[in-house]
Amino acid sequence: MKIVALSGSQVGSKTRTAIDAAVEILAEKYPEAETTLIDLADFKVEFSDGRNYLDYDGDTGYVTKTIMEADAIIIGTPIFQASIPATLKNIFDLLPVNAFRDKVVSMIVTAGSSKHYLVADLQLKPILAYMKAQMVQTFVFIEEEDFFQKKIINHDVLFRIDRLVEDTVVLTETFSKIREQKEEAYDF
Amino acid sequence: MEKYRIDPDKGLEFGIYTLGDHLPNPATGERISAQQRIQDIIEYAQLAEQAGIDFFSVGESHQEYFATQAHAVVLSAIAQATKRIKIASSSTIISTSDPVRVYENFATLDLISNGRAELVAGRASRIGLFELLGYDVRNYEDLFEEKFDLLRLINENETVNWSGEFRAPLRNAKVLPRPVNGSLPIWRAVGGTPASAMKAGYAGVPMFMAHLGGAASTFKRTIDAYRDAAKEGGHDPAQLPVATAGFFYAAESSQQALKELYPHINEGMKLTNGSGFPKQLFAQGVDPHNIMNIGSPQQIIEKILYQHEMFGHQRYIAQIDFGGMPMDNIKKNLELIGTEILPAIKKYTARK
Repeated sequence: MKIVALSGSQVGSKTRTAIDAAVEILAEKYPEAETTLIDLADFKVEFSDGRNYLDYDGDTGYVTKTIMEADAIIIGTPIFQASIPATLKNIFDLLPVNAFRDKVVSMIVTAGSSKHYLVADLQLKPILAYMKAQMVQTFVFIEEEDFFQKKIINHDVLFRIDRLVEDTVVLTETFSKIREQKEEAYDF
Repeated sequence: MEKYRIDPDKGLEFGIYTLGDHLPNPATGERISAQQRIQDIIEYAQLAEQAGIDFFSVGESHQEYFATQAHAVVLSAIAQATKRIKIASSSTIISTSDPVRVYENFATLDLISNGRAELVAGRASRIGLFELLGYDVRNYEDLFEEKFDLLRLINENETVNWSGEFRAPLRNAKVLPRPVNGSLPIWRAVGGTPASAMKAGYAGVPMFMAHLGGAASTFKRTIDAYRDAAKEGGHDPAQLPVATAGFFYAAESSQQALKELYPHINEGMKLTNGSGFPKQLFAQGVDPHNIMNIGSPQQIIEKILYQHEMFGHQRYIAQIDFGGMPMDNIKKNLELIGTEILPAIKKYTARK
């Protein structure tokens, strides 16, 4: 199973801290999974110009191809101006319309205010649904007060990330089994 | 229709097209050489002619996993190797070429083939060729529209006066040689959406509509939009031919056809387009109402006749060879077309 943990912002540290927590749990509990961490702050990704993702090289080509090869993606996103950051939206714009078909996608949302709670439901999920993702419906919402010196200090948040990782892996296994059975039944 | 060398009394024309893809056979993982692939395409055209097929066309794609970048050169070899079958591009990416040079090539092709050449102009689905050939992809739309208009102007006039944004002006320029009958049938490649079809309609240009899968009725809306736009543009839709083009595969049963074709499409699309073809969608391809012509010869006959009744199109063009399809399977398909499918289609669509 190939899992990409995507930290979707170039700004701040909370999203990366939360994604690091998820990657740690993956390494500990699911060592057989092949996990790749992509922090968009570490890459120079071009803006989408409409070409097929195969036609990008450099960082843009690496990021898009790695995501396309994944079975599951854990997306970490901050909320800026009551929405997802442009860096994350650009990743969606770089990919084909059905990019998340046969993939499981889960979400970790960090925000400076509880007022942002519904942004993932209202803005991120419709994009993922349009791109044909199987979603882990419950996302982890983390606020400023849950962090201190680049660490998560709220154990409840850690429990929630733990459950999110487990749900992501279990759903990915389940959907791939269902798909295998279904495809076999087609007999071609 | 005469202008486009189509005689409706003879019924629906049946054609073959290849993108000129050069992909491994998924069953073996091996890929023939580019030399062999091009020889195979020339032989494919000869065998299509022997099977009584009306039309054969070759595509232009400038990227990995393709072999017919110089499609006009391949077509001229086909012109020399055949006698009767119509030959065309599918499509020529006019956006990244000089229309004068393209016209010279295709007019010459018409002379070599004794009046059998046609040209289908398209905009390219992958855009790597813009950089390769020295064009800016930001002019994607404008390049196509300007160059396509110039191409058509050259087709209608031996002496051309023209100026535009992307090419040096032409002053009393003679574009030679001229085709056998003075002009060529020039089609516009359309992606299957009504918006794309309407552009061909407004200009009164024949439409070559490529499609993957889906309900035939969906594509009927595209064809209606094309004819409505043609009328609005002051053209007579009854004089404008429509061609449809997509996946085709005949075998003893629809299940056998799916089995033999699916890995080629799925693996081929992964390599050329970055996403495979979902099995669930492909399985629906054998449904009588689906536009993909996959099944037993009898099922395919019924599908094509159903589509013809719905679309009233003049030409159906089959793509069989995508994704490293072995020549033996192609030959078997041509035999089924020649002996069973083609005679039935002509019988039911030709005016007696």
